[in-house]
Amino acid sequence: MFAFPRCPQRQPVATLVAAFALALPLAACGQAPDRAETAPAASRIAVSHGWSRETAPGQDAGGAFLTIVNEGTVPDRLLGGTAPAAQDVQIHTVDMTGGVMRMRQLAKGLEIPAGGTVTLAPGGNHIMLMGLKRPLAQGETVPLTLEFEKAGDIGVELTVQPIGAEGPEEEAHHG
Amino acid sequence: MADPTPSAGPGKNLKTARTILWFLVLLAAGVRLYALLNRDGQPSETATYADTVGGPFALTAPDGSTVTDRTLAGKPFALFFGFTRCPDVCPTTLARLAQLRKRMGEDGGKFAIVFVSVDPQFDTPEDIGPYVALFDTPIIGLTGTKEQIDAIVGAYHAFYEKVPTEGGGYTVDHTASVFLMDREGKLQSIIDHHESAETSLAKLERLVSA
Repeated sequence: MFAFPRCPQRQPVATLVAAFALALPLAACGQAPDRAETAPAASRIAVSHGWSRETAPGQDAGGAFLTIVNEGTVPDRLLGGTAPAAQDVQIHTVDMTGGVMRMRQLAKGLEIPAGGTVTLAPGGNHIMLMGLKRPLAQGETVPLTLEFEKAGDIGVELTVQPIGAEGPEEEAHHG
Repeated sequence: MADPTPSAGPGKNLKTARTILWFLVLLAAGVRLYALLNRDGQPSETATYADTVGGPFALTAPDGSTVTDRTLAGKPFALFFGFTRCPDVCPTTLARLAQLRKRMGEDGGKFAIVFVSVDPQFDTPEDIGPYVALFDTPIIGLTGTKEQIDAIVGAYHAFYEKVPTEGGGYTVDHTASVFLMDREGKLQSIIDHHESAETSLAKLERLVSA
């Protein structure tokens, strides 16, 4: 799911058993800040819950939705990306003022604040797969590589949902 | 302004002035209340607006046939403007309508769902067929020439505008509300993009029972 192994440093200490179980990884995490001091300020970006909606033949564009978590101490910026299924990957925002849908490209990208979570979802900021080379079929997974200003390229798999899906893990509707 | 001055005289004069003052206050309140009530009521004005929405149109269906307001007459319909390359708001709206229709059971078949593409440059009638088929419920997908689309958008007091994007492409801004038209083709209500499923459901139930 995540693009890098997460250290469980943010989890509350639950029980003694858990504390013992976590002792080793915690020790490993404890060394991270020391390394960060010598390296340039690190952006720690994790991309998860990638999904898209099926498209019809002749439909030239598709949306991609996902969650970006910046567990680092510096802000980063989503600049764009690439996908084998599309000619171009853009970041878009949606404005619904006055009952009118206005979709606009975020040419300067999207800031991912330090310690922040940014969710790209229908009706708000989202990724546009422009110039689809083929229709996206329900049930398949489509690779997407996102480009971040500091964290570089991070890959995520998009699960293609039914066209009416409004979230990443929606069950297929039965009857 | 009508404030009585204490020096105006003793006893009786002051009392008269007070009475007049109270009378003026009540009169002002009455006038204000009357104005408020009148504005809230406004039944005639709403009816007038609804009467101006809709009307004659002619567009093309995926099979090449012409669909007009008369083709739709006799059955209520929910009309939505959009375009197939809108991956976000358009599918969400159409899918929600499809889901509400399923929730209505038998009543769900008592209204038509009409999708009008406002991107005639890209969406051909043939393209719209497979697009509306994705929603797993009968949807009448229509488009036409720019003139035909301008005509229906104008008739519904709706809005659309082609907006150029970087790299030579374009997107289309458009009204995202759903127009609920009764069996005579008159506007009965509008579904707003932000409202709850329950509110929309109630409007659709009212549409088919009218």
